[in-house]
Amino acid sequence: MLYDKPIFKTMGDRSLLAEVGDTIDPRTNEKVNALSMGVDNCKIEGIRELIPSYRSLLIVFDPLLIAAEELQRRIIDISVHLDQVDLPSPKTLEIPVLYGGEDGPDLEWVAGYHNTTPQEIIRRHTEPTYRVYMIGFTPGYPYMGELPDNLVTPRRETPRTKIPKGSVGIARKQTGIYPVVSPGGWQIIGRTTTDLFDPCAHPPALLEMGDRVKFYAVDNGGLE
Amino acid sequence: MAAVDMFEVLSPGLLTTVQDLGRFGYGRYGVAPSGALDSFSLRVANLLVGNSEGCAGLETVLMGLRVRALADVVIAITGGDLQPQLNKTPVAMWHSQRLKKDDVLSFSGPRNGCRAYIAAQGGIAVPKIMDSSSTNLSSGFGGYGGRPLKSGDVVKANSGVLLPAHKGGTFNPEWIPQYPPRWHLRVIWGPQDDHFTDASRAIFVNSRFTVSPASDRTGIRLQGPRIEHKSAVGQSIISEGVISGAIQIPGDGQPIVILGETVSGGYRKIAVVISADLPFLGQIKPGDEIQFQGVSLNEANDLLSVLEAKIGKLKFTRGN
Repeated sequence: MLYDKPIFKTMGDRSLLAEVGDTIDPRTNEKVNALSMGVDNCKIEGIRELIPSYRSLLIVFDPLLIAAEELQRRIIDISVHLDQVDLPSPKTLEIPVLYGGEDGPDLEWVAGYHNTTPQEIIRRHTEPTYRVYMIGFTPGYPYMGELPDNLVTPRRETPRTKIPKGSVGIARKQTGIYPVVSPGGWQIIGRTTTDLFDPCAHPPALLEMGDRVKFYAVDNGGLE
Repeated sequence: MAAVDMFEVLSPGLLTTVQDLGRFGYGRYGVAPSGALDSFSLRVANLLVGNSEGCAGLETVLMGLRVRALADVVIAITGGDLQPQLNKTPVAMWHSQRLKKDDVLSFSGPRNGCRAYIAAQGGIAVPKIMDSSSTNLSSGFGGYGGRPLKSGDVVKANSGVLLPAHKGGTFNPEWIPQYPPRWHLRVIWGPQDDHFTDASRAIFVNSRFTVSPASDRTGIRLQGPRIEHKSAVGQSIISEGVISGAIQIPGDGQPIVILGETVSGGYRKIAVVISADLPFLGQIKPGDEIQFQGVSLNEANDLLSVLEAKIGKLKFTRGN
């Protein structure tokens, strides 16, 4: 459900959480994106960081430069005029994936969980165009959704301590790609060699909130 | 100012990294601040050597760092007392020092606290990534090649001419922070404090938690009574932004104090450490005990003003 006005929660003395809805869905997420852009455009003195997520925006500020109440007032003002915020057109990226084998150690298990074949799981994963809901967890890590109902899969019982760079995972209704070696609990069904993050590039992340992603299967030759 | 070879790393110790006050403005790309965990100590060290407070310095953990000066340099050491020595003689902390070429600075082990900070006049010089010199260890960028220092590394500093007639800069000894092994951290409740019963919240502030050895720059992991959430709420929350000092309660009911290496999380947060107490998070080490105390926003702001007044006074007396 989309709220009429953001609901604010304090997160410590130096950040404010503005929730715009209570579900994971494209409309709510688009509103978070617009709010984040809108606040950024205003260049409010005292704001240090903006972290947009599925259904909320975290505003980190210097409490000695701006008070929480004043900040809240200004954000409500901005939230009323979101239609005036120019959102950049989302880009659609196609991401090549090596599915299964050593690159997707959980593909077989996921197929078994859904009582079907690995080939069918690949077909289900590559069919939709996913929305990038947010970038978080590690630099450049995209949270994407939603997976089709017949691909919704629980997290692994035991998380892995080391997931290879570029691993493509699924968990519940989401799918994601690990830009660097990380620990994690998602089901790893494949791997891409596409670089998701370059700290020296502008912007440093390949994917941004609101972008669209479509996966396609390749074999080793296709990843040259 | 040119960057010159300043320190040769003879031994890196447990973990030594280049840090400034953090990398901000790139949160929407998943880039967390990193930066000095005890920002107060780094700021004071910088001001003592005549730098602006946000210059890059070295953060060293617990013990073992040994460096040789490759040129004459003015430094200051602040933070935890890791028993710093200059050529095997104990050297004063919270005070600027003039090193000569070939002097060896070493740290033998913690008397109190966990991390020491070394500022060099001119600031440690590394290529800036996204406007910051801080090291992001998990993704391997920033600071000294995105990694901890190792033996043989040569660390540069921005150096022109040493400030003429340099007077020893000292920090008011009454303002030197205490780092006792039993900590009292003040927190603001929320944002998901309503996911916990009154009884759970009472346990949270009335208990002493022990710091687990599994603690590092990503988080301070605590052991103690389980903090149970209400049965009606789900296993986790919709992932949202987080800040350093946020206290997460995962499924096992054992609190984790998040530090500056991530921007988002899906665990509920019962409370957040106040800004004035954040620097202490860099001095907490395994085996220490922590007790939390809820305070109001007004109290938190007052305490922050007191801390910032000390920095302001130091800037004034140093002529910055």
